[in-house]
Amino acid sequence: MTLKVELVSPTERVWSGEAVSVSTRTVEGDIGILTDHAPLFGVLADGQVSIHASDGSTTEFKVSGGFLSVAKNRVSILTETVGK
Amino acid sequence: MGAQLRVYRRRMRSVKATKKITKAMELISASRILKARQRVSASTPYANELTRAVSAVATYSSTNHPLTTTSENPIRAAVLIISADRGMAGAYSNNAIKEGEQLVALLKERGLATTSYLVGRKAVNYYRFRNRTIAGSWSGFSDNPTYEDAKAVADALIKAFIADAQVDPAGVDEIHIVFTEFKSMLTQNAMAKRMLPLEVVESDTPVPSGLLPMYEFEPNAGVVLNALLPRYIQARVFNAMLQAAASEHAARRRAMKSATDNADDLIKSLTRLANAARQAEITQEISEIVGGADALASASTGSE
Repeated sequence: MTLKVELVSPTERVWSGEAVSVSTRTVEGDIGILTDHAPLFGVLADGQVSIHASDGSTTEFKVSGGFLSVAKNRVSILTETVGK
Repeated sequence: MGAQLRVYRRRMRSVKATKKITKAMELISASRILKARQRVSASTPYANELTRAVSAVATYSSTNHPLTTTSENPIRAAVLIISADRGMAGAYSNNAIKEGEQLVALLKERGLATTSYLVGRKAVNYYRFRNRTIAGSWSGFSDNPTYEDAKAVADALIKAFIADAQVDPAGVDEIHIVFTEFKSMLTQNAMAKRMLPLEVVESDTPVPSGLLPMYEFEPNAGVVLNALLPRYIQARVFNAMLQAAASEHAARRRAMKSATDNADDLIKSLTRLANAARQAEITQEISEIVGGADALASASTGSE
């Protein structure tokens, strides 16, 4: 079982694919998401999103605010600005 | 060369120069439609995800957010009209403005006053010429809008919506948007939509159906909604602007194509007229020479 992750900004789909885990920071604190995570909506704080993809690679993005939504092994991260 | 012929030649030269310009504009617009359409589709995933999120939060939280509650006694509505900065696009801007007028009339029937927010120089000029008050206007980016532009517009609208319309003359109870929807290269429709208060959530591609899961909110539903809704409005305005930009290019391409075709027709008929004029000139010259020779001949036979 893997997570289907999408990182999207208003102008493009930045990253999409299968991942083992996603770690990032909400306004409440750091959060890590593995498969079968409970459905969640979070407001992201400025910080980093790390996506550990199924192929073993790790991609990191800097985001400034945004949203995280998790449901049924689907993770979507919405953010206005993304940097490497 | 006769005067008539010279006039025809001059007109042909001027029509040819115009044709070159319209042809160039047609090609430029054609190439830009493609880019504009790509931008529309690039913005779709974000809009879709946001729509999913908004509908999920709105369904699963009982928070009364000012952006989702309908005023019981609405007195004022904001109308955002998205038009073009430049002309040469046929009836594109006019259609959007007319659709806006109809919407305003409809709102008046319901007893609502309206305030106007305008995007694009064409709409601004139309309202200024008629001495109407403009609550907010933005221009200079109609053919290539960025997210920051959409954000500026959306933020002004949200600010007006959050202000209490009953006491604040700048406040509004409803927000409507008028833009030109890009259906295909051949069809673009000016349409009016209510943006706030939120109604049944809609998007271009159907949102995956089925039961939405029970969500946890971090930190809580109110905060999530607070952060989510302005972004949702921004994304809606951005999407409308991108579609309007694609429609503008399509309308301009079509207008310039028919201008080029008309110039072709004009050149053809002017060529015919010029040829006839030249022929007439030659005929006249010949008859003058023949007439002159005749006169000389009859004069010389008379003298003998």
